[in-house]
Amino acid sequence: MTSQGLPAVIEAVEAPRTPKTVKGGRKWGDLLLRIAAGLVLLYLFVPIFVIILFSFNHPAGKFNYSWQGFTLDNWAHPFKYPALTEALKLSLNVAAVSTAIALVLGTLVAIALVRQRFRGSTAVDTFLVLPLTAPEVVMGAALLTLFLDFNWAAGYTTIVVAHIAFEISFIAMTVRARMRGFDWTLEDASMDLGASPTRTFFKVTLPLIVPGIVAAAMLSFALSLDDFIITYFVSGSTVTYPLYVNAAVKAAVPPQINVLATAILVISLILLAAGTLYRRKRIDV
Amino acid sequence: MAGAATSNRQRSKFAPYLMILPALAYLGIFFVVPFFSLARTSLSSSGGSVFLPTLTFSWEFGNYFDAFSHFRDQIIRSFSYALVATLVCLLLAFPLAYVIAFKAGRYKNLILGLVILPFFVTFLIRTIAWKTILADDGWVVSALNAIGLLPSEGRLLSTSWAVIGGLIYNWIIFMILPLYVSLEKIDPRLLEASKDLYSTAPRSFRKVILPLAMPGVLAGSMLVFIPASGDFINADYLGSTQTTMIGNVIQKQFLVVKDYPAAAALSLVLMSIILVGVLLYTRALGTEDLV
Repeated sequence: MTSQGLPAVIEAVEAPRTPKTVKGGRKWGDLLLRIAAGLVLLYLFVPIFVIILFSFNHPAGKFNYSWQGFTLDNWAHPFKYPALTEALKLSLNVAAVSTAIALVLGTLVAIALVRQRFRGSTAVDTFLVLPLTAPEVVMGAALLTLFLDFNWAAGYTTIVVAHIAFEISFIAMTVRARMRGFDWTLEDASMDLGASPTRTFFKVTLPLIVPGIVAAAMLSFALSLDDFIITYFVSGSTVTYPLYVNAAVKAAVPPQINVLATAILVISLILLAAGTLYRRKRIDV
Repeated sequence: MAGAATSNRQRSKFAPYLMILPALAYLGIFFVVPFFSLARTSLSSSGGSVFLPTLTFSWEFGNYFDAFSHFRDQIIRSFSYALVATLVCLLLAFPLAYVIAFKAGRYKNLILGLVILPFFVTFLIRTIAWKTILADDGWVVSALNAIGLLPSEGRLLSTSWAVIGGLIYNWIIFMILPLYVSLEKIDPRLLEASKDLYSTAPRSFRKVILPLAMPGVLAGSMLVFIPASGDFINADYLGSTQTTMIGNVIQKQFLVVKDYPAAAALSLVLMSIILVGVLLYTRALGTEDLV
């Protein structure tokens, strides 16, 4: 996933949903529409099926591009290539560290924007959108020239710095979208009842915004893990997971790439399902 | 936000500024300043060798002229590929978004989840999968060749269509979701009303649905067009030397040829074309619709 569009994902997921069904239209038109939608949905999954299928392939040469035969070997040895495993570990590290820092910075902005009207808040709003609209290749290039100007050696630090830069806006937007429409008079109630502003923040404000923060953190993590273009510009000789995959395309694509991609997909699916069930349960109570 | 004004008591006037300061400072240093570096580089002249390039700042506006004249093809190609990809995304995404918003009933959440799911696989690996699907010895090419649908060379890979196809696939989700969001907001009673007033289905679509879906159409178009016009992965994996885009040039000039001024000038050309569009767009609709 690339950084620009993720807020749209959030809004779609968070938007209130009414189970409405619009009847009517001519029957044939309706059927045609449903078939078209079904085909588009199927199209989204075609490469995914290929990725999963080819994780069971027994490639003849260095490239896992054509089907040779079924094997479970790749799944039995998912960590066969230490460089791939190391790259994945590094990406998880970068994602965790950069998300933790960006989360603090982004959440503070979001709270300020939603809770208070202040001079220049519209300008801040617009400014926050800009990093989301810069093409990644330009953002990567700009950061590279900065690091060159200041003679910063490209590596782990520059990758984390770059990731925080594109995560902040996205986290601020996500948390803000989640916080809209809350009943903030609860804070007043808490203070009317004698709670200090600090206590009010921890007992009232924070619990209200935690779900938004968790959603933002999860998506920021995914964003960092998947980032290729910006990282490519600022990584020097450090190899993250997407960079390993890119190098593999030029040299050799082992089926373990498919195995790990499928595993990540399944883990995300489980987390997503668990999150949904947890939320549903809480709403029921 | 009617309650905001009343709940502000006891809060320092400076509190919001303190809260936004760290993030703004960070973005100032690592988002705004880099653009100054980029601008400075774009106006420098380069010397030295590939291994140790040196830059001298000298108001070299000629770099921009060179960027336009040397890479005119790539600039035109980037924006036309991105435009075609955006239009096809719109055509493909509309029926799906419409069905999710109006026809899915209780399967709405499930279908939305399914739409998002493929994007949990790394962008690069999804593009590699397309390389497999479109391969010369793959069954898609054989099938199309068998019914004579493929032109002369009989290939899909390394063509403009493969690159555009990759762009469409990788960013279509950013068309589907904003479209869905704006369609979801439409009150179905409006459609019933238009039908009661004897409007035909196409006319209802044109007069009711399309105008109300416009924010989604515009947001989706931008969210597809911007990353697609700057992309170089699809052209790299699925295309040939005849299908390179601006992103490929910027990447190559920066990281391989190390002609920093040319690459920087080209980056700023790309950015300014896009920025003009974004500012016009946010002016017209406000940022809330964009996200």
